[in-house]
Amino acid sequence: MADKKFHVKVTVTLKNGVLDPQGKAIEGALGSLGFDGVGSVRQGKVFDVNLNAASKKAAQEVVSDMCEKLLANTVIENYAVEVNG
Amino acid sequence: MKAAIVQFPGSNRDRDMFAALETISGQPAHKVWHTDTELPNCDLIILPGGFSHGDYLRSGAIAARAPVMRAVATAAAQGVRVLGVCNGFQILTEAGLLPGSLMRNAGLTFVCREVMLEVANPQNPFTCGYTQGEIIRCPVAHHDGNYFAAPKTLAKIESNNQVAFRYANGTNPNGSVNDIAGVFNKQGNVLGMMPHPENLIEAAHGGTDGRRLFEAALDMLESTAA
Repeated sequence: MADKKFHVKVTVTLKNGVLDPQGKAIEGALGSLGFDGVGSVRQGKVFDVNLNAASKKAAQEVVSDMCEKLLANTVIENYAVEVNG
Repeated sequence: MKAAIVQFPGSNRDRDMFAALETISGQPAHKVWHTDTELPNCDLIILPGGFSHGDYLRSGAIAARAPVMRAVATAAAQGVRVLGVCNGFQILTEAGLLPGSLMRNAGLTFVCREVMLEVANPQNPFTCGYTQGEIIRCPVAHHDGNYFAAPKTLAKIESNNQVAFRYANGTNPNGSVNDIAGVFNKQGNVLGMMPHPENLIEAAHGGTDGRRLFEAALDMLESTAA
């Protein structure tokens, strides 16, 4: 069976309880721009991965493995994998 | 004792480290490239400071997955001493050889200054040249030196006496939890620290507080204690 093309979106965010000085700075900057009502801001990363895999499930598995091994540092970060296509 | 210094693309404190080791031991250290899969026969492996792979993804993240790091992990498991300074510390945490992680400095800015360090555990091959609670001077130069570990991990690090150095006298430059500046692995043969002891080796550096760390790691202390 030929592999199919998938687009996978990976979102990496800091775990709860991990200090996020960059998020805090962004929060402050939003306030100084006059945006009211901002409770808090946490920043993270997004990866767009295009890959060939046998199935949606296989794509999900291989990208989760990529997250565990490189894309996220699971000491401080959570990741979410969203497979499209 | 033979030492090896691992060089990554973007290492920039490797020459300082090489000079420090040669000054102290009289022997040049081996140089190892990040793509090497084997290490020379040595008793001390050093990962120097710098900006390996441009700090892309996370500081030390790409370097931690370099081929040479498998050999470093194998050697560390066999009890070979491993020292990571600054980016080297970041690489060791990313490689899982040390607990915790180094985050962006709490003040968001790059810090380049001298700090005071308290020796938190001198019962170790790296720190036995110092005394418990001794305060030494050391320079720091980093953007991602804010040590973080989850509460459970932190409790273990503290109860196992894995903290080697703490920032002292209010000089914590980066927001590190519990003022941690350097940690050992559980076995005590791997040390990571953000400050640069290799830059306080000769009187011309303005002090020699870093010297005893290398003398200890190279088992040279008897010869210098006299």
